[in-house]
Amino acid sequence: MKTILLSWRYLWSRPLAAGLNLLLLTLSLAAITFVILASHQINRAFERDLAGIDVVVGAKGSPMQLILSGVFHIDAPTGNIPLASVKELMLNPQVAKLIPISLGDNFRGFRIVGTSHDYVQHYSAKLADGGLWLAPMQAVIGSQVARQTGLKLGDSFAGSHGLGSGGESHGQAGYVVRGVLAASGSVLDRLILTSTESVWQVHESDTALDAEDQKILEEERELTLALIQYTSPLAAVTFPRFVNATTEMQAAAPALEITRLLSMLGVGTEVLKALAGVLLLTAGVSVFIALWSAVRERRADLALLRMLGAPPRKMAGLLLCEALWLALIACLLGMLLGQGLMALLAWALELDKSISLGAMAWPMEMALVPVLALGVAWLASLLPAWEAYRVSVFELLQSR
Amino acid sequence: MINTRQLAYQYANGPQIKFDDLDVPQGGVLVLSGASGSGKSTWLALAAGLLQASSGSITVAGQLVGRLSKTSSDAWRAQSIGFLPQKLHLSAALSVHGNLELAQWAAGQKPDDKSIHQALAALGVQDLSERKPSQLSGGQAQRVALARAVLFQPQVILADEPTASLDDDAASAALTLLLATAERLNTTLVIATHDARVKKHLDTVFRLFLGVKLASSPINTGIISYKNNSLISA
Repeated sequence: MKTILLSWRYLWSRPLAAGLNLLLLTLSLAAITFVILASHQINRAFERDLAGIDVVVGAKGSPMQLILSGVFHIDAPTGNIPLASVKELMLNPQVAKLIPISLGDNFRGFRIVGTSHDYVQHYSAKLADGGLWLAPMQAVIGSQVARQTGLKLGDSFAGSHGLGSGGESHGQAGYVVRGVLAASGSVLDRLILTSTESVWQVHESDTALDAEDQKILEEERELTLALIQYTSPLAAVTFPRFVNATTEMQAAAPALEITRLLSMLGVGTEVLKALAGVLLLTAGVSVFIALWSAVRERRADLALLRMLGAPPRKMAGLLLCEALWLALIACLLGMLLGQGLMALLAWALELDKSISLGAMAWPMEMALVPVLALGVAWLASLLPAWEAYRVSVFELLQSR
Repeated sequence: MINTRQLAYQYANGPQIKFDDLDVPQGGVLVLSGASGSGKSTWLALAAGLLQASSGSITVAGQLVGRLSKTSSDAWRAQSIGFLPQKLHLSAALSVHGNLELAQWAAGQKPDDKSIHQALAALGVQDLSERKPSQLSGGQAQRVALARAVLFQPQVILADEPTASLDDDAASAALTLLLATAERLNTTLVIATHDARVKKHLDTVFRLFLGVKLASSPINTGIISYKNNSLISA
């Protein structure tokens, strides 16, 4: 009989203790898996949506809010900026690409974004069906929007005011779905895209009293913000300062703000990590207690094995093997549970129309989980194994 | 075969115990009788190489015990000595078959179902091989433990209080089984006991029992050689 098989039988000869220890170890490893996955996935989601956007220009206010609303679409924008000012920025030699973004309306909680075709090309999104908008009031919907609202090619819908669902409806202004984007994992999945003109048209026809009023409104046209790519990285030094100092707009660098945000989230991650660590320590102590009492309980059995000719290291190996079995099973279960929790979080965020975390991932940091599991099991079994190692056969003869 | 010469053991911070010289031929029966604490366990431990004699020598199955390194002592014990502990110590987590497999594992042998089956069959318990020890009667458990002790056909069987906590009939059956097994395998049998019924039983079986009070130890030893159905006192 192999030591591995024998230790397995011994482990499950005490099903309650084995089950409880397995549960404790699994939970702590799942917590660690979850923390690793969550920080990895959130980082990745941010990086993906941020790709290639050097600076965001919008109304003055919190720069973080500007980034969150403009790039990740998870916050309200700071306000609007005049179209004329944005047009001036377009002439700036440091600006390579400028994508206008106009917010204000939603359809069942999905934001309707007035923009240009550049926005779609920027994320290299592919069309699953139909084509891009060619005229105002034509819309291209993201894959998540299509899935959750059931909108299809050719369907028409009316946006409602505000960025969350339940605002006042723009009854008369109907959009027509002209295209559906394939899932790309980016922010586009949960947006309804249309031309900037559509957004203007909806709001102007809503508020304009007559043709003359309409003309005044047209002169005062606004955008919410602009995503900008520089011609050269050197612009990062001068361009934001130029915008902040000489215009009534503000420029915010996403990379900077996200670093700030992640470092704030980092505190939460650290707390979770510490909690998982405490849980793991508890599990380790529990495994130790179980093994220790197993050695005590089986002293006579172990002594008999010595009498039958088993060398001491074989006894110690048996104990170590038992702990490693626990670690192995807990490691597998813990990683699965951690992935399950992550999928649940991703699902909840998707329902919330918040940032999309993407598919299941196995980042390199996950290697930490088996290392921790085996390390804890090894540590917990050291003393019991030593006790098994030096078990005295003579006691067996004297146990009267 | 067991020979001892001026065998003595010094307890740590305790008295020294001296044992008389013994010569037990192969296939002989040695009874160690005496009250608890008289040194029976110590003698057994010395014979099994679990304790080191402070002086003198003991030769078991042709091996001068105490000359072996710890590792080779373990291997030698596995092959040469069958041990029947008082409480049997069958592992509750394993089946009868598993318990014998465990002995093979402990001895570092490859699993060998055939010899397990043979050992169980010789004691009439081959049909119980899938049962757990908790599902065995006292007599069945003793047979299984004996099968485990003789699995490697050892030259010496050490039986520690084989009749303790058994009623008269069971004790008699246990001894008969033990003697029959030892005879079948031509194994030297050592019975350590403080049970007067053992001596009585052996008296009726062999109609001869030589009790010698050891000079410096409170152990009585009775040595019976049993060869070709004739009894020779050692």
